[in-house]
Amino acid sequence: MEEQRPILQMTDIHKQFPGVKALSNVQFRLFPGEVHALMGENGAGKSTLIKVLTGVYANDQGTVELEGRTISLQSPQNAVELGISTVYQEVNLCPNLSVAENIFIGREPRRYGRILWKEINRRASQLLKERLQLQIDVTKPLHSYSVAIQQLIAIARALDVSAKVLILDEPTSSLDQNEVKQLFQIMNQLKNEGLAILFVTHFLDQVYEMSDRITILRNGEFVGEYLAKDLPRIDLVSKMIGKELHMLEDIPKTTEGRIGMDEVLIQATALGRQGVIAPFSLQIGKGEVVGLAGLLGSGRTELARLFFGADRTDQGELKLGDVGGTVQSPKQAINQGIAFCSENRKTEGIIENLTIRENIILALQANRGLFRTIPRKKQDEIAEEYIKKLNIKPSNPEHLVKNLSGGNQQKVILARWLIMQPKLLILDEPTRGIDVGTKAEIQKLVISLSREQQMSFLFISSELEEVVRVSDRIAILRDRKKIQEMNGQEISQHNVLQAIAGGNSTHG
Amino acid sequence: MLKKQYLPIIVTVALFMVMFVAGAFRYTGFFSLQVLLNLLIDNAFLLIVAIGMTFVIISGGIDLSVGSMIALTTMVSASLIQNVGWSPWVVIPLVLMIGATFGCAMGALIHYFNIQPFIVTLAGMFLARGLCYVISINTITINNTFYMSMAQTKIHLPGGNFISISVLIALVAVAIGIYVAHYTRFGRNVYALGGSEQSAVLMGLPVARTKILVYTLSGFCSALSGVVFTFYMLSGYGLHANGLELDAIAAVVIGGTLLTGGVGYIAGTFFGVMIQGVIQTIISFEGTLSSWWTKIVIGLLLFSFIVFQRIFTTRRSSRRG
Repeated sequence: MEEQRPILQMTDIHKQFPGVKALSNVQFRLFPGEVHALMGENGAGKSTLIKVLTGVYANDQGTVELEGRTISLQSPQNAVELGISTVYQEVNLCPNLSVAENIFIGREPRRYGRILWKEINRRASQLLKERLQLQIDVTKPLHSYSVAIQQLIAIARALDVSAKVLILDEPTSSLDQNEVKQLFQIMNQLKNEGLAILFVTHFLDQVYEMSDRITILRNGEFVGEYLAKDLPRIDLVSKMIGKELHMLEDIPKTTEGRIGMDEVLIQATALGRQGVIAPFSLQIGKGEVVGLAGLLGSGRTELARLFFGADRTDQGELKLGDVGGTVQSPKQAINQGIAFCSENRKTEGIIENLTIRENIILALQANRGLFRTIPRKKQDEIAEEYIKKLNIKPSNPEHLVKNLSGGNQQKVILARWLIMQPKLLILDEPTRGIDVGTKAEIQKLVISLSREQQMSFLFISSELEEVVRVSDRIAILRDRKKIQEMNGQEISQHNVLQAIAGGNSTHG
Repeated sequence: MLKKQYLPIIVTVALFMVMFVAGAFRYTGFFSLQVLLNLLIDNAFLLIVAIGMTFVIISGGIDLSVGSMIALTTMVSASLIQNVGWSPWVVIPLVLMIGATFGCAMGALIHYFNIQPFIVTLAGMFLARGLCYVISINTITINNTFYMSMAQTKIHLPGGNFISISVLIALVAVAIGIYVAHYTRFGRNVYALGGSEQSAVLMGLPVARTKILVYTLSGFCSALSGVVFTFYMLSGYGLHANGLELDAIAAVVIGGTLLTGGVGYIAGTFFGVMIQGVIQTIISFEGTLSSWWTKIVIGLLLFSFIVFQRIFTTRRSSRRG
């Protein structure tokens, strides 16, 4: 492979945004028939580099060569024409159009200007079947299929445009394990056919499972290019973060000296909602971190929403330990000290055009009533305090939130709920799409808040490692049913995985 | 096999048939082909303007300027023919050009300055309406022989029924509209744009051209509708077609096009217009009811259709998650 010439070579790429140096002196090469992982924390410049490569941004300096010829990328359209195709995490196809049309739009086979629908449908079926082993009705609208299938359709489109370079940007974030497996099979097959694949992901396991080569960026600068087999995991992480990392193993997991956990904060008894989640019982103690583990679609979010009163229950009851009240609406939940941090931070959390300060005080202000403004001085104090506490970057509270990286946006949302001093904070995938360093920070924060301030957490995550690390107790869900609870010494990745997969568990 | 996405349009067609049959039972003389054809004769201009509107709404936009554009077209036509004495063969192509240019300019503003279509076309609406009064504040009656003959010519159909030339123009426009929407790249790009503009950009579709063309098309359709309206009224007047843009939007929505864009059918719009027509006809057959009852019924219908669409789309998206 080393003797080959790279199909794509980016040399000394610079990109400056007003006030920020997004990329400086970045190198990147991609060989045919390889999967190359682009790694870096949020804000390291991965997205910017990809946007340069797909013609969304123009680079200020440096050259991009494709098959030995220098190219200048003017627009996404231009990049696609040159053979650089991208499949994004949020599938960028049109949900209202049929599967076949999504593959062929803009390039429809025509006769005398008339689109040949039969030809489109036939070719789309054939393409999906032959190259992706996917047999589906291509005349149905795209939105009737799962995100995983939609992603495969996006790949099919990219392939059919005769891609030489395929960029997969966080393709696995919203897939469950089987879907990931299917995607990887296809990636391997395409790689063997000689396609060059640029793979961006936050999952280290996936990086090592799939990639031949790894390029690391940090703070917009090129750290290095390595063969995956020569780069131990711990080195990868420390290179990404720029310091030796002990945080990953470093969290003390002792139940000793924990007080109050026996005191019930909230208790769900046979709580359920027809067709959404089977009746379950779950209690959360004071200062306890209860993890919810299960595959995507196993009912984790749905369970959490019942705790917040966001969906109606049709059986069972939810009781607060100390006062004996119930929770029937989000408003009630908030009044009782329950806060919910949704998994969709873009749509349900962050207000992009407000500043960090405004985003942080939002819930507190709403709770006080809109006519009793929090004094500006108080606002500044709160913002400063939490920016420091959560290590939010940039630390200027007047910065617009839309310019922050995903991890820092997540911290802003966390700050918003933390200043409410909730008794129970529900965190739904708080670290999704966030770099390793910030992930560890958030995990540490959860643990220290539960220890020091007796705050309880309901913690949902797709990453086993993470749930296992932070949780005092884990409830395991499968097929929209709570199947098991694990405590103390029982909790290990191995046991949880087995329970999720339905191994030898006999618990009901 | 019927596909689920055709449900809104099926509801519209069924509603039209129910209304027509109900009218036929209640009033003598209602159930005839000529009553049906009169729906077309009286609503040809609305049909034409609604076709352009359908494209705009599918693309995710809105065009409020169409009613004023019709008025301006009648005004320019009338004044050039009556006062200046130009030939209709020059005037008609000219007004069509004006309409298309006007739409094109609005489309360019919407796209290049990234302004909401609502506000741009609202400005266009005031501008076009105002320009009418620059030409004249009074009605200009047309007695040109070509226009008279266009207004009065009846195309006879077997069985003693007839339609007007305007109907012919409208039906051709519908046929072209359906073809363009479903069998041309431009048409499909409009759907893609309405489905997700960001995706359309990233898929390399010509978003700028499509967006501007959509408003150009709508401008052209409103000018064509203005020409047909001139045949119908035989006059130019600044108050003609006042509020017609809203009738057109109502027809499009009742026809099953989603206001959020991405989904809709020209054929649905056709029935949306026909439903409005049949309500008017029923109310005129009733005799004692004020014509404002048309608005009341259309208002209620719109409410129920929007709620229906909402339920239809939420159910669809909840099935995904």
